[in-house]
Amino acid sequence: MRALLLAVVMMAWAAAAMAIDTAPAFEDPAKQARYERLARELRCLQCRAETIADSNAFLAADLRKQLRQLIAEGKSDQEILDYMTARYGDYVLYKPRVTPRTWLLWAAPVLFVLGGGALAAVVILRKSRLPDSDPSDPGLGAS
Amino acid sequence: MWRYLLPIVLFAILIGFFVAGLRRDKETLPSPLIGKPAPEFTLPRVEDPSKQISNAEFAGRPYVVNVWATWCVGCRQEHDALLEIARRGEVPLIGLNWKDDLALAQQWLAQLGDPYVASAFDQEGNVAIDWGVWGAPETFLVGADGTILYRHISPITLEIWEREFVPRIRQGRARE
Repeated sequence: MRALLLAVVMMAWAAAAMAIDTAPAFEDPAKQARYERLARELRCLQCRAETIADSNAFLAADLRKQLRQLIAEGKSDQEILDYMTARYGDYVLYKPRVTPRTWLLWAAPVLFVLGGGALAAVVILRKSRLPDSDPSDPGLGAS
Repeated sequence: MWRYLLPIVLFAILIGFFVAGLRRDKETLPSPLIGKPAPEFTLPRVEDPSKQISNAEFAGRPYVVNVWATWCVGCRQEHDALLEIARRGEVPLIGLNWKDDLALAQQWLAQLGDPYVASAFDQEGNVAIDWGVWGAPETFLVGADGTILYRHISPITLEIWEREFVPRIRQGRARE
């Protein structure tokens, strides 16, 4: 258990430490943090399963360059994400927006927990109503 | 009854998701630019970098922008189709040479033939970003009103040209 926890912590740390470019893009640490965060929110469309922060594809490099420029111009996060979606569509967002098409995606974890909980409650309540010694119960392991 | 039916129903729903996922075309993403004004660009010409080419020169009539590069295998595949489309002369083809080497690009046009009225040399890839380009070859159809009517990703063929591009060009002409 402890080893697992350690592994998870180390993986999370490794992801945070992954260098995008060799040199930091900005001297200002706040801008650099924004740059790194936004680069992780944008998808590289050449490689699909990677963010532009992780990808070596040249399109990812170009989009990082564009991102640096937009941040340097003082654009807000929303303006930058709008700039990208205007050109590449919502798919460029690594974290999908909540829209009529994606609400099920976002709601799915909650629905699964609620559904599973309801199912568990029904089964437990039904079983608890059964007498403790059921003559028809053949024993443990049978349902 | 439900005890037996429910797993089957859930399984059917799951299969439904799989089938829908298989049928969906995940390669060609829809362009958010369709129906929007074509982004303007002015870039050096591949043929002669001392001269410039702007798509604004073509405003008022339909034209095609074809994204190509010498490093792009698909571009080599579609080149003959482009030459034939250019020969038919329905609309002018503007090349957008994407992140390429100028000498290689010039050599490509000299050796394989030049289907373009002009090719814009987008070495930095900034114009490509404005057009939402992510994989060459891409072919855009721009209408006479300057809006992007259609985008095709992957090598174009005469069949695709006749099926997707020609009707849209004719439709635009009929409305004028």
